[in-house]
Amino acid sequence: MNQAVNKLTLKDFTSDQEVRWCPGCGDYAILKTIQKLMPEFDQPKENQVFVSGIGCSSRFPYYMNTYGFHTIHGRAPSIATGVKLANPELDVWVITGDGDALSIGGNHTMHALRRNVNLNILLFNNEIYGLTKGQYSPTSKVGTRSPSTPQGSIDLPLSPCAVALGSGAAYVARSIDTEMKHLSAVIKTAHAHEGASFVEILQNCPIYNDGIFENVKDKKIAADFRVEIEHGQPLVFGKEKNKGIRLNIESLALEIVTIGEDCSLEEVLVHDQTNLTLAQLIGAMGGNNDDGEDFPVAVGVIYHNPKPNYVDDLIIQREQLRQGKDKGSINDLLRSGHTWEVA
Amino acid sequence: MTVEVEQHQNIVVRFAGDSGDGMQLTGTNFTLATALHGNNLSTFPDFPAEIRAPVGATFGVSAFQIYFGSEDVTTAGDEVEVLVAMNPAALITNLKYLVPGGLVIIDSGAFNDKNLSKAKYESNPIEDGSLDAYKVLAIDIHSQVIAAVEEFGLGHKMALRCKNMWTLGLVFWLFDRDKKSTIDGLKAKFANKPEIANANVAALNAGNAYAETAELPSGIEVYKVPKAEQKPGTYRNMDGSTSLAWGLIAGGQLANLGVLFASYPITPASSLLHTLAARKEFDVITFQAEDEIAAVCAAIGASFAGSLGVTSSAGPGIALKQEAISLAVSAELPLIVVNTQRGGPSTGLPTKTEQSDLLQAIYGRHGDTPLPVVASSHPGDCFDAAIEAVRLATKYMTPVMLLSDGYIANASEPWLIPDFDEYDAFPVTFHDKPEGFTPSLRDAETLARVWAKPGTEGLEHRIGGIEKSYDTGDISYDPDNHQKMTDTRKAKIDNIADDIPLQKVHLGNNSGKLAVVGWGSTYGAIHQAVKRSIKQGLDVAHIHIRHMWPLPANLNQLLSAYDNILIPEMNTGQLVKIIRSEYLLDAKALNKVSGQPFKISEIESAIKTELN
Ligand SMILES: Cc1ncc(C[n+]2csc(CCOP(=O)(O)OP(=O)(O)O)c2C)c(N)n1
Ligand code: SF4
Ligand SMILES: [Mg+2]
Repeated sequence: MNQAVNKLTLKDFTSDQEVRWCPGCGDYAILKTIQKLMPEFDQPKENQVFVSGIGCSSRFPYYMNTYGFHTIHGRAPSIATGVKLANPELDVWVITGDGDALSIGGNHTMHALRRNVNLNILLFNNEIYGLTKGQYSPTSKVGTRSPSTPQGSIDLPLSPCAVALGSGAAYVARSIDTEMKHLSAVIKTAHAHEGASFVEILQNCPIYNDGIFENVKDKKIAADFRVEIEHGQPLVFGKEKNKGIRLNIESLALEIVTIGEDCSLEEVLVHDQTNLTLAQLIGAMGGNNDDGEDFPVAVGVIYHNPKPNYVDDLIIQREQLRQGKDKGSINDLLRSGHTWEVA
Repeated sequence: MTVEVEQHQNIVVRFAGDSGDGMQLTGTNFTLATALHGNNLSTFPDFPAEIRAPVGATFGVSAFQIYFGSEDVTTAGDEVEVLVAMNPAALITNLKYLVPGGLVIIDSGAFNDKNLSKAKYESNPIEDGSLDAYKVLAIDIHSQVIAAVEEFGLGHKMALRCKNMWTLGLVFWLFDRDKKSTIDGLKAKFANKPEIANANVAALNAGNAYAETAELPSGIEVYKVPKAEQKPGTYRNMDGSTSLAWGLIAGGQLANLGVLFASYPITPASSLLHTLAARKEFDVITFQAEDEIAAVCAAIGASFAGSLGVTSSAGPGIALKQEAISLAVSAELPLIVVNTQRGGPSTGLPTKTEQSDLLQAIYGRHGDTPLPVVASSHPGDCFDAAIEAVRLATKYMTPVMLLSDGYIANASEPWLIPDFDEYDAFPVTFHDKPEGFTPSLRDAETLARVWAKPGTEGLEHRIGGIEKSYDTGDISYDPDNHQKMTDTRKAKIDNIADDIPLQKVHLGNNSGKLAVVGWGSTYGAIHQAVKRSIKQGLDVAHIHIRHMWPLPANLNQLLSAYDNILIPEMNTGQLVKIIRSEYLLDAKALNKVSGQPFKISEIESAIKTELN
């Protein structure tokens, strides 16, 4: 293996391919963050595999100087599952978009998470189909005007994190394309998680959906529109840090409170990343549907609660069967069961 | 008692009963005893699509047919000479297969008003003379079996479940088969429930004793079926599914690769998944995916990572996989796609057989995506066909379609077990040298792309479905490059024609008046029909194609040496289109799409028509 693992730098993970995203695309920032983060994983470069579907975001593997497979629309989780099953030593990443992962590939995303295959799934959510020139996507807000919805879209969007949680994901987080520090921290814990980890990255598409996350990103106003969640910390946000999220015990719904006015700090909900019910409520906040809209968007680790993973269990089952024996013998197999001799 | 003895070179026996009557188990036990007796044989289970049809319903009838004898046997036979009918529904749906003068064994205990009306009989056929054309042996098996197992105190329902063994005992006596293999099997199967094992054995013995001691009606003989001349060696009974599964495991070993078998359940392909799932002591992982697309994609991912990816389905599932197969063609990765064909279109006839996916196999997908297609032709042949598919996939870095069908998958035949040590290995060498590496490197002779697997230091690279530069493997939209890559992908597959055996003539002369050309599971019926026709002095030959794409290099020349070409297929004419378009030969079609295999006689009469 590679002796120089520790000495790898961002440059080692930069491929010789010219990056072809539009100027200003959020994908650039994500790429840089991941290239910079890679050396920290202490893994030989040749053990990193990036698998993607189709979309602007799915071009990502070409720019990583690792193994990469740019596959077909929506199927990256399945192909990545095959890679991981064939060689569990590999560090397998899935790079996907909101259309790729939640429209055409919704089924595979759901099942990869449910099975808890050891994959790091990064969903670049720009709430639009970038590559096919700007049609609305399953995460677009109601009313999104696009070439295919000239009067505005009429169907309700879904929240990627809510889908992931509903699918049984054991690790779900949300971060933002241009916030390198936050994104790095989230991806690091995602990578360390044994099993499927799911990270939704809010990504700006300046060409077809510009500024869609501006509220959450703009330093001047973001504090009112997002809540940075941390395990064990109260859900406090706002420029004055005086707003909080409280669980209304009667309605079992979240509500926004002002600390010191209608609520004390002790009453504010404390984030517990191992609590699924809580994660579902927090993950859906700020969603593009009517219910969540007034709430701030939660960024950070929404849910992290390890459970048995598919690859480990598969290996355990196989070892049980083999009991230390080497490969089976074909000649024995062919002669197993009932045979007879003809002289 | 005194019995007449009837000599038969070959004979067909069909067991038919309600789904719950255990006819498949009866059939397989009779098969084993017959194989041990030294006959050649071939079997075909014919079961209903419904899992649990109402008792006594015509659509719940399950049948098992066996053809056996001293001559070579390659089909499950046309004309049934002995029919076992466990209830009215079984009789009414199966009597049409029985030859006039044939023997029908009936459980008269099941011919009550309720069952008769369920089968839509207006009167009891045992009594109303409608079976006058046949020899009838009607026994109240119900009462016989209740009496036979009384001492085990099983209760009425459980006791009646031994009916099939009682009947088998009777049939064993008629054919002078040894009960031992069945008794051993029952004892092993019910090792934890000795009272069930003992009751079944008692029923078997009672049926056998009944035949020996009771006065059978006159005209009912013991059938003497002489032993066949068989090649010496060790034999086993082999069904197509097991044979194919084992061939995949064997192919993986010959290629020195782990196998990832990813599949989504579908009739009649699921048994492959089941067989392999139980064989994890070999280097095989099975993965039940969420759908067929996920299955083929997982297989492709495994191949990218350096295993042999295999996926399997029937027609509808193969259609779903086609986009991903095109990716494997574009990325030039090995992949085996098994299609156990069934009656189509759509859900069609899921439990019945058909050969209607040949065009899908060769020309399916999108873009110009040539790939090799290999067809197995009988159960034992699946083993070698699977190995051949693995050889081609790994040597040429290409997906390979491996065709089987519902008939082959479920049929079984005695199989002379080969010595696996005599198989030539074809171990894969993964590329491992960073100097001058690009993912586009090709073997100059085979045109196969390099296989550089993740985890190999210094060979980090990206591949994908976008057109790639011939020289570097990087994305390329260059017009000339696309032409060159398309030509290269085609040439790579075309060249395989030089790496597969020349087409041989299976029976008959290398030229003449008529060649009957087949592929897949029509092998047995064509073989027998041609054999019989040659015996009658007709100038006819049998050619059976395994390599459906690319076709054998000499096929055009070979077929051109015959005045006429007849192509029987269980579809509306697919191979015939290919032969006509590839070679401009005036081949004629003989088609059947009833869900049932060809009868020998159907092909025989087509040969006669053709030669007149
Ligand atoms: C089978 C198939 N259907 C449709 C397409 C066209 N297509 C390519 S990418 C895409 C949507 C991509 O959207 P998203 O996943 O959000 O990625 P983005 O471009 O926004 O990063 C579509 C519809 C395709 N390539 N393949
Ligand atoms: S279309 Fe949007 S998502 Fe795609 S590359 Fe351009 S800016 Fe990025
Ligand atoms: Mg998108």
